[in-house]
Amino acid sequence: MLRKTLLATALGASVFGASVFGASVFAAGAMAQSAIAAELSDDMVKIGVLTDMAAVYADLSGDGSVLATHMAVEDFGGSVLGKPIEIVSADHQNKADIAASKAREWIDTQGVDMITDLVTSSVALAVQEVGREKNRITMVTGAATSRLTGESCSPLGFHWAYDTYSLANGTGTAVVKNGGDTWFFITADYAFGHSLEGDVSNIVKANGGEVLGTIRHPFPSSDFASFLLQAQASGAKIVGLANAGSDTINAIKQASEFGIVEGGQNLAGLLMFVTDIHSLGLNAAQGLFMTTGWYWDLNDETRAWAARFEAEAGKKPTMIQVGTYSAVLSYLKAVEKAGTDEAGAVAEALKSMPVNDVFANGGTVYPNGRMAHDMYLAQVKTPGESAGDWDYLNIVRTIPAAEAFQDPAKSGCALSQ
Amino acid sequence: MARALVASLTETAATLSLRQWLLVLAALAVLVALPFFVYPVFLMKVMCFALFACAFNLLLGFTGLLSFGHAAFFGSASYVAAHGLKVWGLTPEIAIALATLVAAALGLVFGFIAIRRQGIYFAMITLALSQMVFFAALQMPFTGGEDGIQGVPRTAFLGIFDLSSNLACYFFVMAVFVFGLFAVWRTVHSPFGQVLKAIRENEPRAVSLGYRVDHYKLTIFVISAALSGLAGGTKALVVQVASLTDVTWQMSGEVVLMTLLGGMGTVFGPAVGAFVVLTLQNYLNAFGSLVTIVIGVIFVICVLLFRRGIVGELQARLGRRPS
Amino acid sequence: MVFDVPLSFLALQLFIGLQNGAFYALLSLGLAVIFGMLNVINFAHGAQYMLGAFATWLGLEYLGISYWWSLLLVPIVLGLFGILIERALLRWLYDLDHLYGLLLTFGLVLIIEGLVTDGFGSSGLPYDKPALFAGSERLALSGLTGNERDFMVVPIYRLWIIVAAVILCIATWYMIERTRLGSYLRAATENPALVRAFGVNVPLLITLTYGFGVALAGFAGVLAAGLQAITPHMGSNLIIVVFAVVVIGGMGSILGSIITSFALGLVEAITRIAYPEASNIVIFVIMILVLLTRPAGLFGREA
Repeated sequence: MLRKTLLATALGASVFGASVFGASVFAAGAMAQSAIAAELSDDMVKIGVLTDMAAVYADLSGDGSVLATHMAVEDFGGSVLGKPIEIVSADHQNKADIAASKAREWIDTQGVDMITDLVTSSVALAVQEVGREKNRITMVTGAATSRLTGESCSPLGFHWAYDTYSLANGTGTAVVKNGGDTWFFITADYAFGHSLEGDVSNIVKANGGEVLGTIRHPFPSSDFASFLLQAQASGAKIVGLANAGSDTINAIKQASEFGIVEGGQNLAGLLMFVTDIHSLGLNAAQGLFMTTGWYWDLNDETRAWAARFEAEAGKKPTMIQVGTYSAVLSYLKAVEKAGTDEAGAVAEALKSMPVNDVFANGGTVYPNGRMAHDMYLAQVKTPGESAGDWDYLNIVRTIPAAEAFQDPAKSGCALSQ
Repeated sequence: MARALVASLTETAATLSLRQWLLVLAALAVLVALPFFVYPVFLMKVMCFALFACAFNLLLGFTGLLSFGHAAFFGSASYVAAHGLKVWGLTPEIAIALATLVAAALGLVFGFIAIRRQGIYFAMITLALSQMVFFAALQMPFTGGEDGIQGVPRTAFLGIFDLSSNLACYFFVMAVFVFGLFAVWRTVHSPFGQVLKAIRENEPRAVSLGYRVDHYKLTIFVISAALSGLAGGTKALVVQVASLTDVTWQMSGEVVLMTLLGGMGTVFGPAVGAFVVLTLQNYLNAFGSLVTIVIGVIFVICVLLFRRGIVGELQARLGRRPS
Repeated sequence: MVFDVPLSFLALQLFIGLQNGAFYALLSLGLAVIFGMLNVINFAHGAQYMLGAFATWLGLEYLGISYWWSLLLVPIVLGLFGILIERALLRWLYDLDHLYGLLLTFGLVLIIEGLVTDGFGSSGLPYDKPALFAGSERLALSGLTGNERDFMVVPIYRLWIIVAAVILCIATWYMIERTRLGSYLRAATENPALVRAFGVNVPLLITLTYGFGVALAGFAGVLAAGLQAITPHMGSNLIIVVFAVVVIGGMGSILGSIITSFALGLVEAITRIAYPEASNIVIFVIMILVLLTRPAGLFGREA
């Protein structure tokens, strides 16, 4: 018994001792670490591209975003305030926990000053929180959710290329004005789908249209036949697809089987990218309306930039990739203007500068971090009109920045009230 | 509780040989020293997954039941802890305890349905059940759906000790980890654990010996679920995010992988497996889908050639009986 | 009107249900055949189905192979791929617990999906089905209901899927239950040692069976290529539902798998009208109910 008690005490004491040792060394360690971080940050500006390298959004952002970042640094001259600019990149696999811990690791151990791309809403929201906590700039170009500059906004968080509001608003308004005044929604049954549907419903109603019905489909779905039939039965002029990615693609692809378009109804994809058109093929996608923040075939400047990008990447850039270029370039300009890479000062500088580059013309950064720029309403070309791969869109209308993006005072962000 | 723990420690201490004692002390020393050399958040993640894998292994390695739905416990606990910390402002120990309880309750439901069948059926039933948890997590308002719960605060331990620095948090997580592993070890080396092994080796015989096999299976299922929940809840504190990732079937697959890789016949092998898998994921990260491919290849090789796993093979090579 | 839903609408929904059931049937049939003979749960079945769709796309894009030839060639190529997997990997596991087969094929899923993502990206590829299958036909139902205005829109491609799946299912069933080869198969499932003693090459039978099961998945992949976007992960979501279908039907029963598949397709279709949000989980709910009442599945034997 005595032996047992002695051993137990020893075991307990060793656990306790270990903890005390840890706690006492920890204070010194914490100090040493912060000293190192400050020193590194003084030596250079480090930009982190946190993106999806291999999963569903890899074609939209991924390696192309890393390339765009390199192009921005190159165009800026490779150094800022006489210090070198470094780029690190990593794959977050669309997982918020991996993204958040990678962002922390970068900030804690590598002195990363700004993180960009951040495709996938859950990832962007999580990393923007990390930036807020660790006093680092985040510039989201990949994710869609308007929450980033709404209820979840951060003084150090910027949302650059597009958002759900601007896409839904652009397509919704244009379609109603073209006479598409009765809508039926096929909505992905989770938070994102609901909010997209809500945004567009409001726009439809505000423009004098009517919402005849809604159906919520499980996420993800591969078969939309049943939902499309219900949309067809509703008699609505427009079938709004409040979903994304492969859900939207499958819905559009399958709509042709039921003669929905021949029957006088039209489809409106509310969150679509040029890569989705590529996946669908023009046969299935022709005539579809969509809103985009950028298109490679807008003018000589965009064509030249796209050609330069294509020479490296082998395909045309998406609005996310060009948006990343623009965000990085603007960030470097802001660092130069602020004379420091301290996040608060850089954020101030960003909010006070117009954005003029290949992506945005006369863009302004709102107090809630939203970069407002012109958006474009586009219609997908017919196979006959298209000259080949990636020649997919006719720009129908330029939507002025003030109209395209939500009034920051109404965004629900405390910074812009 | 405290008394039971002391009693349990006493008993444990008595069963350890001097050499095992030294091993335990050395392991503790390494755990304490490690965060000064390796990035602590990474280590904390490893500890969470290591505990998850060891808890999972209670079923696979020591009872012979392959659950393909353990992400449900890990993930829902992570949601509960995140919600508790962020919305209710709970202290970490209470939030994690709550998460553990929820996981245990869920484990009771899963176990009740699943233990009716063995082998592959068992695997597929747990998989299907965990898919239902996935859909629930996607739909329920408090989980934030696809967005998840972000910005989870690291509240003060017991309301006193600040955990916001990574090192402070590390020692908290280390304590949880050591406690969790001790619980796993204790379960395996108890008379209860012996009965489980008897069930694994020959279930009809265990029945004929008069053991109520279903009760044992259900109990170990709940224990395994609860400890997975402990790991999941702690993870929410560490990465400060709870998201759908943790409830997907891929996560259930990942824990099987870690366990198999580390050694499913061993108590602490799965922890080694978790460490290897997370290290690979972390360092191959920049190469995109290469991670998945490499992990898949390792998995296939393990199944074909090294079914004892890393620790199991080591033990066999060193000629030691598996502990 | 039935349940306040127009008959034509209901009929079409049920038709779609059958068509989804056709996919379940093709895939669960393959799983059942493989499980019956090899005692392996082929987790890679979904990935093999995905490969079938990709092979169809590749064939058209690079070799100009038409849809019709793909229907024949893709299953053969996939079957050979399956044979390769069986010979190189699976055969080492037959003496072990079933779980190892499941684990090995799970590892294969990671490798296959990773490689395909690496090669073709993941946003999906377009495939235009033959013009013959485009659009839909209106089918008069007036003879059935007496109402002049009742008709049903029948999407041609989906009709083809049902027809193709039913033919293949019946052929498979016939082959296994009614032919000499099938009787060898069934006998080898029951008692391999005895069958071998009669001079039947059992390992060859096993290899061919796995190849055949994978070929079925490949065939389903060709059918899917014309229906939905071709993505590297298209199989992984489907296969879990198919697992549930197999559990409900009872493992190892060929006919059971087929009947259950079509029936569950119909149940899903009705759920899509009544409560669409639940249509992805209704099969799992049924699975739980079945297990609580008939643990061996509807058509399975108690192990």
